[in-house]
Amino acid sequence: MKKNHNILELKGASSFFAALMAIVAGLLFGLVILLLSNAKEAFPAFLTILVGGFSAGARGIGQVIYYATPIIMTGLSVGFAFKTGLFNIGASGQFTCGAFIAIYIGIKWTFLPPEIHWLVALIGAMIAGAIWGSGPGLLKAFFNVNEVITSIMMNYIGMYLVNMTIVRTVYDALKNQSKSVAKSAVLPKAGLDKLFNTNNLNIGIIIAILSVIVIYIILQKTTFGYELKACGSNKNASKYAGINEKKSIVLSMVIAGALSGLGGGLLYLSGSGKYLQVLDILAPEGFNGISVALLGMSHPIGILFSGLFIAHLTVGGFNIQLYDFVPEVIDMIVAVIIYCGAFALLFKHLIIKFTSKPSLDSDINNKKENEKLKENINKLVITEETENLDNQKKDNKEEL
Amino acid sequence: MEYVIEMNNITKIFGNFKALDDVTFKVRKGEVHALLGENGAGKSTLMSVLFGLYQAEKGEIYINGKSVQINNPNDANNLNIGMVHQHFKLVHNFTVLESIILGRETVKNGLLKKDDARKKVMELSERYKLKIDPDALISDITVGMQQRVEILKMLYCDNDILIFDEPTAVLTPQEIEELMKIMKYLVSEGKSIIFISHKLNEIKEVADRCTVLRKGKCIGTVDVSTTTKEQMSEMMVGRKINFNIEKKDIKTGNAVLEVKNLTIKAKNSKKNVVNDVSFEVRKGEILCIAGIDGNGQSELVYGIAGLLPINDGKIVLNGKDITKESIRKRCLSGMAHIPEDRHKDGLVLDFDLQQNAVLQTYYEPRFQNHGLIKFNAVKEYAKKLIKQYDIRSPREEDSIVRNMSGGNQQKLIIARELDRDPEIVLAVQPTRGLDVGATEYIHKQLIAQRDEQKAVLLLSLELDEVMNVSDRILVIYEGEIVGELNPKEITVKELGLYMAGSKRGVNYEKKS
Repeated sequence: MKKNHNILELKGASSFFAALMAIVAGLLFGLVILLLSNAKEAFPAFLTILVGGFSAGARGIGQVIYYATPIIMTGLSVGFAFKTGLFNIGASGQFTCGAFIAIYIGIKWTFLPPEIHWLVALIGAMIAGAIWGSGPGLLKAFFNVNEVITSIMMNYIGMYLVNMTIVRTVYDALKNQSKSVAKSAVLPKAGLDKLFNTNNLNIGIIIAILSVIVIYIILQKTTFGYELKACGSNKNASKYAGINEKKSIVLSMVIAGALSGLGGGLLYLSGSGKYLQVLDILAPEGFNGISVALLGMSHPIGILFSGLFIAHLTVGGFNIQLYDFVPEVIDMIVAVIIYCGAFALLFKHLIIKFTSKPSLDSDINNKKENEKLKENINKLVITEETENLDNQKKDNKEEL
Repeated sequence: MEYVIEMNNITKIFGNFKALDDVTFKVRKGEVHALLGENGAGKSTLMSVLFGLYQAEKGEIYINGKSVQINNPNDANNLNIGMVHQHFKLVHNFTVLESIILGRETVKNGLLKKDDARKKVMELSERYKLKIDPDALISDITVGMQQRVEILKMLYCDNDILIFDEPTAVLTPQEIEELMKIMKYLVSEGKSIIFISHKLNEIKEVADRCTVLRKGKCIGTVDVSTTTKEQMSEMMVGRKINFNIEKKDIKTGNAVLEVKNLTIKAKNSKKNVVNDVSFEVRKGEILCIAGIDGNGQSELVYGIAGLLPINDGKIVLNGKDITKESIRKRCLSGMAHIPEDRHKDGLVLDFDLQQNAVLQTYYEPRFQNHGLIKFNAVKEYAKKLIKQYDIRSPREEDSIVRNMSGGNQQKLIIARELDRDPEIVLAVQPTRGLDVGATEYIHKQLIAQRDEQKAVLLLSLELDEVMNVSDRILVIYEGEIVGELNPKEITVKELGLYMAGSKRGVNYEKKS
């Protein structure tokens, strides 16, 4: 029995190391890019990226937390949907809708008592995101339309709809953006601004961490999460077991949408001088969420840390502008990390192989691998044989 | 005596697990040599060594008397060894001819020349009596013909040693008969065949000699004609297997499940896959629905279980109309379902054993409290099932179900279903792909249900199972019940006639 536990622990540790390897690969790639564009300044700039948020003391860390909050939420949204078998590409649209409703309530609903104004705005953001997520969910459940396609479409519909509605309702024509929200709608600071010496910080990060915990509990500890995961893993078996698989799909997307929507609310009510701008650009936070979820292996706790990490790099990216580099280098690094993250399973397997003694479990894995190998070999055999045949024919012709 | 294959003292080790332990295997020229063993006995590993997919740690291989080193399947092909896999490796949108010549195309100036190939294929087809339609698409032809295509593919490469890996698992009784004939003919034409199987009837019919493996060890090679089925199965399992299933005579009670005029339409056509079917299953009986695969029996059970919408008719369970009830309600009313496809419907393969054990009961108060799963209760329950139903797996209740063997996956489903103490069990091909030991166990469990005055609706394609286990047989043909038979009074042959649709019972005339 003890041995079993060791293997379990090892598996957790090995996925962490696999993520670490992906990160190292991504950073090295970033270094190469820096070297290619300006070799002289590359190393100090690279150091700046690594130091990231730690360069400016508490203020820097505050900056990291500020950037991390919305992408933790969208990451959680994508990761949660993924755990239940759905690929939520629509985090961007849900985020935008949530953000808009939050600022709309923040600007217009000043009749609310100031103590709960921000809370109502956040709830509004969640509902808006949930509604935006429910569309693809309903289509998937009842008409079996692929949620990837519908949620991408919903991104564009959301963005243009929000742009249009901003212009008609809460538009600041001078700056081509939304007006400022009422003071009572800005999230409370709860002393965090003083602690980290930055005005941007508020209880947003606490709400994000609470969301992480709630999602973790739903997925791991509840019968509801069990149903959702069962549907995600095998729809037919869930139906057979009497689980309402249509309801599960819709609820998954609703919750994912609510998380993204809340993320939008948290960012635009932070009182950091961020306004919804009337531009034809999809909210990047939604797509960063996909990166965060992938790097965090869709696990809520993993997402919390991968969100903080990517925010850390982002802050570093701003700082390298000092050396005349563009912050987009960070996007490339993150992209490579995600790319290598796709190999994470391979890394993970290698780690397990080298660290664990052979067991019955790995034998079974070996067998599976061998089966795959078999198939590949079969393919190879066929192609090689054709080549052989061709060669033989050529020889024959030459003899003639 | 001349041997085409001699594999002497083969040992193959995975980690610290001996998959093959000093196995010696010799095939004579021109014989059908059966390789018999339970799932996981090492049959596939031995063949993989012969095929060059694995390298043996110890042992030597002689082909036609010459010592050879087989490092990869290429070497095996050069030695004229060919294999028909259990799951065919065919391209579905290719024609039969294209599939056969795939990899060995005749080419002229980079363009495909199919005429020569067609000539050779048709010659082979005629010579070995393998009927095919060279221009039909693979996706349109029957499984039996797909298999003939695979065989022709081997012959097209001039293979002399043919390996059949459980070839009958996917075939109907008629197709199996056909295959047996083909195999006998191939041997008479000078080919040698290795026939991997755990079905004793087939081995008895077609094989000359038989090598039995158990847990990686070679138990022995016997002459099939002088060895009884019982002896072979004892060699395979290591204990006596009772083929004559013992059943007490018991009285049947009231109807548990009544199906009235059930009709299910096919998905994309107006044809009824299940057409006006009525029957009842009584307490204390095993009712078997027999039929050739694809005659609507799967849809019938799906309809009863609520997995497929029905177009007309009524389903009554214990006097309660459940036609419109949800699947969960049906479960709660005492219906258990051992599904036909355990991977698709029966299990969440990426969940572990304990999570699968509570797939239908996770919401009951004993397993949850205010929506929070009681993990200890689930664990204890899984442990109980493992003990009671002898489910074996690498890591007990923590094993991921995907990593468990087919027999134990099926045992898990049966444990889960029967432990709910159902009124009726819908068992669809419960022993498909399982070895003798597991099959015997599952039959015993079903009969135990019957003896407890529960009802069992069994759906099977295996005639032996139909004849031995059931108390009453209904034959289904093209979606209609064509006869009700008593297994004690009819012969297998007669049953076959009903299944093929050439005979109908009284009161079961064709509906217009």
